[in-house]
Amino acid sequence: MPRHLKIKDHGGETRLFTQRAITALVIIVLLFLGISARLVYLQIVNHEHFSTLSRNNRLKIVPVPPTRGLIYDRKGKLLAKNIPSFSLELIPEQVKDIDGTLQRLRELITIKDSDIQYFKRLLKQKRRFQSVPIRYRLTEQEVARFSVNRHLFKGVDIQARLTRYYPYGELGVHVLGYVGRIDIKELQRIDKANYSSTTHIGKLGIERAYEDVLHGKVGYRQEEVNAQERTLRVIDNTPAVAGSDLTLNIDIKLQSIADKALGTFRGSVIAIDPNNGQVLAMVSKPGYDPNPFVSGIDRKSYAALRNSKDKPLFNRAILGQYPPGSTVKPFIGLAGLNSGLTKQKLFCPGYFELEGEDHRYRDWKKQGHGHTSLDKAIVESCDVYFYELAQRLRIDNIHDFMTRFGFGQRTGIDILGELRGLMPSRAWKRRERNQAWFPGETLITGIGQGFTLTTPLQLATTTATLATRGLRFQPRLVQAIQENTDAEPTPVVTKQYKTVTLKNPQHWDSVIRSMTRVMHSPTGTARSSGQGAPYKIAGKTGTAQVFGIAQDAEYDEKEVADRLRDHSLFIAFAPADNPRIAVAVIAENGGSGGRVAAPVARKVIDAWLLEDKQ
Amino acid sequence: MALEPFNSPSSRRYSLAHSLHIDLPLLFGLLLVASLGLVILYSAGNQDEAIIIRQLTRLGVAFGVMIVVAQIPPQQLRFWTPWLFALGVLLLIAVLVFGEGKGVSRWLDLGIVRFQPSEILKITLPMMLAWYLADAALPPRPRRVLVCGVLIIVPTLLIAKQPDLGTSLVIASSGIFVMLLSGIRWKFVFSAILVAVAALPALWYFMHDYQRQRVLTFLNPEQDLLGSGWHIVQSKIAIGSGGLYGKGWLNGTQSHLEFLPERSTDFIFAVYGEEFGLMGILLLLVLYLFVIARSLYISTQAQDTFGRLVGGSIAITFFFNIFVNIGMVTGLLPVVGLPLPLISYGGTSMVTLMIAFGILMSVHTHRKLLSQ
Repeated sequence: MPRHLKIKDHGGETRLFTQRAITALVIIVLLFLGISARLVYLQIVNHEHFSTLSRNNRLKIVPVPPTRGLIYDRKGKLLAKNIPSFSLELIPEQVKDIDGTLQRLRELITIKDSDIQYFKRLLKQKRRFQSVPIRYRLTEQEVARFSVNRHLFKGVDIQARLTRYYPYGELGVHVLGYVGRIDIKELQRIDKANYSSTTHIGKLGIERAYEDVLHGKVGYRQEEVNAQERTLRVIDNTPAVAGSDLTLNIDIKLQSIADKALGTFRGSVIAIDPNNGQVLAMVSKPGYDPNPFVSGIDRKSYAALRNSKDKPLFNRAILGQYPPGSTVKPFIGLAGLNSGLTKQKLFCPGYFELEGEDHRYRDWKKQGHGHTSLDKAIVESCDVYFYELAQRLRIDNIHDFMTRFGFGQRTGIDILGELRGLMPSRAWKRRERNQAWFPGETLITGIGQGFTLTTPLQLATTTATLATRGLRFQPRLVQAIQENTDAEPTPVVTKQYKTVTLKNPQHWDSVIRSMTRVMHSPTGTARSSGQGAPYKIAGKTGTAQVFGIAQDAEYDEKEVADRLRDHSLFIAFAPADNPRIAVAVIAENGGSGGRVAAPVARKVIDAWLLEDKQ
Repeated sequence: MALEPFNSPSSRRYSLAHSLHIDLPLLFGLLLVASLGLVILYSAGNQDEAIIIRQLTRLGVAFGVMIVVAQIPPQQLRFWTPWLFALGVLLLIAVLVFGEGKGVSRWLDLGIVRFQPSEILKITLPMMLAWYLADAALPPRPRRVLVCGVLIIVPTLLIAKQPDLGTSLVIASSGIFVMLLSGIRWKFVFSAILVAVAALPALWYFMHDYQRQRVLTFLNPEQDLLGSGWHIVQSKIAIGSGGLYGKGWLNGTQSHLEFLPERSTDFIFAVYGEEFGLMGILLLLVLYLFVIARSLYISTQAQDTFGRLVGGSIAITFFFNIFVNIGMVTGLLPVVGLPLPLISYGGTSMVTLMIAFGILMSVHTHRKLLSQ
């Protein structure tokens, strides 16, 4: 067989091969040992590390959003509820080309630019494999359209969520507020874990102030998933704790009556139970429908609301600051009685003059009221009597006395943002304006003009204090918090402020008697509103001058004339001797208090006292 | 040395095996590994019996082919070697011209069967080198070494061009192993290694993008977690979380929850490591080592240079496959698509492997006849 010339050394070749084979075997064994060392490193040394990774790998924590607490009125009518709705959501890990997918989705479903902006923002802060909502509240047609094409959109799906819904719409919007998508600022404030699957948060009103109570506690579901994030089984389930339900002091029916009674006027109506500070109705008009805000209102509609001259977004009840006008007169009268400075009789010629000044301080009645007592001054709302009384009381005494009722102070109502109004004093003017106090300013303070400002709510609480002869309560919108359906509702504690005491308690009765005569005597400024009442009402009209409204450059005469007309104010409580309701009404540019605001209050009082009896 | 099997009393028991030209220790070793493989595959394939049946069929065919090949005397194999090698190279060229496959052209469709011609080279290249080297005295002279180099490089480049980096690597290695076993001087070996290291940057230049990506991923798997790095990271998690004793058969979470890609083929070792732990792996390594050692032993007992060189190359190439696969799965080596011999799910390469072991058995069991 061998053809070669060189003689083969068979023994030598065999030895050489065997040597090489043994070398190979040694190397192979060494390499196997190397592999074993690697495995010891992986399986023994780092076993703990990889076990953790393996566990995390297959376990997915899915946060379960808690159901938001419901809001009822005092009679159990549902004011804010959760309705199931469908939202379009996307799991970014499963979508290769997010922008392209969004573009294609837009051919099926209306997706606004603002939706996309919001979606992109959510995208940055989401957790791994969490689905991110693109659109809320899909219509049935949209759901159907997407469902048909669903196979074309990997990683996009429709989710059923609960969406907040306010069945009464505009009515009571300034009380309830609304929920909206969580924004960047709120993200920094909230507990991220608890909100990990919550998309909405209370923005205003009760929804905002009671957010902690309403939100509830997030639940978790531990799921075993495969690499495609498909859930194979649920390992552990910590159910979410639903938010607590709230029962308000508001009576939505009374709210509705008050709202209607105010008619087309801008303004506010507040009704309070003077015995405990419960807010029965709190109207601020105009209002707006909160429901579009839940799903994200479009820019145009929002701009329309925001730029409207009527300022529907503005909660006049706690933010509107108005000169109280003649509604302060009963209080000033009490101050006079309490310090013994009231005159039995004063002649009113229709004006008042300060010594050494030419300026005449006019009465609203040109020809004057003639001989006037405090009673007559309240009933007919004589300005001159109160100019004179204020002059003798001096501004700082007026300030101190009025402050005891709560003028110029926050009422402490349980929604946020309330303004304090203003009760001026010498110190205030020095501090804020760096100016001396002028005697004339004291005079107009006596009739609720000048610097004095009150919010409608403040006017109502001070009236309630007058009604109860000194009791002061923090006004409360929420009556009780119910943790779950089986639990006893926890009443919300109402804080009581320092009671206003007079040197002689009979002074209460005398001022209140005058106030009833405002309603029920033939000369009373609100006699038409007191007519035919089966109970006695104590009230006081007010007409506040509107000065210097800064207006838009473009305006028409009539419009401006309308907007410069006096505000119409009215405060009242009833029944006068055993008050169960205190009301404050402000109708912007309504003119005379007796003609516009008083009838509104009468309707509210009737509704409350008469319906209550049935 | 040419006496023990026939004259010893114990050899009678092997007489049936011997007349079938089977080496029983090697057969047992292979069967044990294959059985363990089926157990692992049952779990890796999510207890799909169809997969097991298909794999069993393949194993049956492969073992059958092995026995058939074992019947062919080595001199016959040696006679056909140059022709088979030439055929293999021609087919490789044909693949480059007419080939089809997903993005890469490895397959040749012959109407009845589709197969990868590179599989032919896995066996015929070492045979060809052994054929060539057995002609002259060993160790080979430099000129012969050079010819061998050409014989290795031509098919290697043809396969690398398909592109199939893993297979070309295996084939080049099997050729190099023949040369090492032929007694080539170490100074050649070391200078060749130096040249290879120097050529690495050039290799990078010729690599396809996906191959470069694999190397980069190997160097830093965490960089590309959702892409190719995922394979390595997940398989390390699977093996590491297995610990000393493993999570138990069918209980591997990594593998069953589909975190582990390619888990019944290239990455089946990770499934095994997760479910059987370090102890299970050591058992498998011992079984493999037994097969390798037996194969090397058979080679040393061969009666001619051709048998020795082919047998030794088969043993070492078998190890090389194991080492590259486990090295890849444990993150020691870059991801090259090489199956774990006898355990990974898959057909062609298993038949090729068993043909190789058939040749080994032929070399061993035809000795007596030759010497007579």
